Amino acid sequence: MSSHVTAAAPSLWEGGRSPYATNSKKFGMWLFIASDSLTFSALLFAYTFSRVANPNWPRPFHFSPSIIFSTIMTFCLLSSSLTMVMAVHSMNHGDRKKAAGWIFGTMAGGLGFVVLHLSEWMNLINNEHVSPSSNPWGVPLFGGTFFGLTGLHMAHVTIGLIYLAIIAQGILRGKFKAEDVEVSGLYWHFVDLVWMFIFPLVYLMSVSTGA
Amino acid sequence: MSAHSEAVEHSPSAGVMTFTKVWIGLLCLTGIEVFLAYMQTPVLIMLVALLGLSVIKAALIIAYFMHLKFERLSLFLTLWPFTVFCIILMLIFLGDAFRVPGMRPPL
Repeated sequence: MSSHVTAAAPSLWEGGRSPYATNSKKFGMWLFIASDSLTFSALLFAYTFSRVANPNWPRPFHFSPSIIFSTIMTFCLLSSSLTMVMAVHSMNHGDRKKAAGWIFGTMAGGLGFVVLHLSEWMNLINNEHVSPSSNPWGVPLFGGTFFGLTGLHMAHVTIGLIYLAIIAQGILRGKFKAEDVEVSGLYWHFVDLVWMFIFPLVYLMSVSTGA
Repeated sequence: MSAHSEAVEHSPSAGVMTFTKVWIGLLCLTGIEVFLAYMQTPVLIMLVALLGLSVIKAALIIAYFMHLKFERLSLFLTLWPFTVFCIILMLIFLGDAFRVPGMRPPL
């Protein structure tokens, strides 16, 4: 009796092999990023909805200093993404010391972003008298949506800084592998990615038209 | 452990030069966005231009910095079409925002 057991090889989807050719940590981070994208999209949508529904929506950001500050913040985040890529690249080539150095560079960019962002918040709170529930322009939703959106993003950056600090000290002690650095990099790039939408939609679309 | 033995096997990726070019590209696109704001471009043109530029920037970050260009197509297809679809679904409610100002009772 001829054997027909020599049938086709099991497909990728039959188990035992990863159909995505990636490790579980990385796939988990990708799933988190997809879900967090929806959270930020909902907040950006809420901001846009409120803005469209209120024709007298304020435009409080003067080109100098607000837009210049937020442009420098964007530069900090974009540059920190480049240094994070370099960290992953160094780790993939087995150079732990260099990878840690690049991660510290990434953290410096992130820290610069947070400091500038807080000073921008302080400017709005102290000089423009904006709070999450009130502002001088009579559109209370502005403060709620602005601080909600940028605050959640700043919280993500702060969590990213803590995450990177843990990864950096770990790789210096020989604890983490290249895939761990890559997963932390995915998170950091996502934080950068979100800012690429917040910066134009919240800041650039609200540049003060006054002198 | 030697540096060589620790180097892991990874999928093909872009080099340092490519990452630097992407970073410069992202900075240039940001520069264009800021220039549009500085020139006080009309709101509708500005919105379309800024959204277009942001989508290009996001695609560059996801493809190169987040390495998705070098991953399996199955990973991309599992994650992104549905996420983008859900985001677009949110826009269904935007029409209401245009109607709200006309529905407010006069003060």
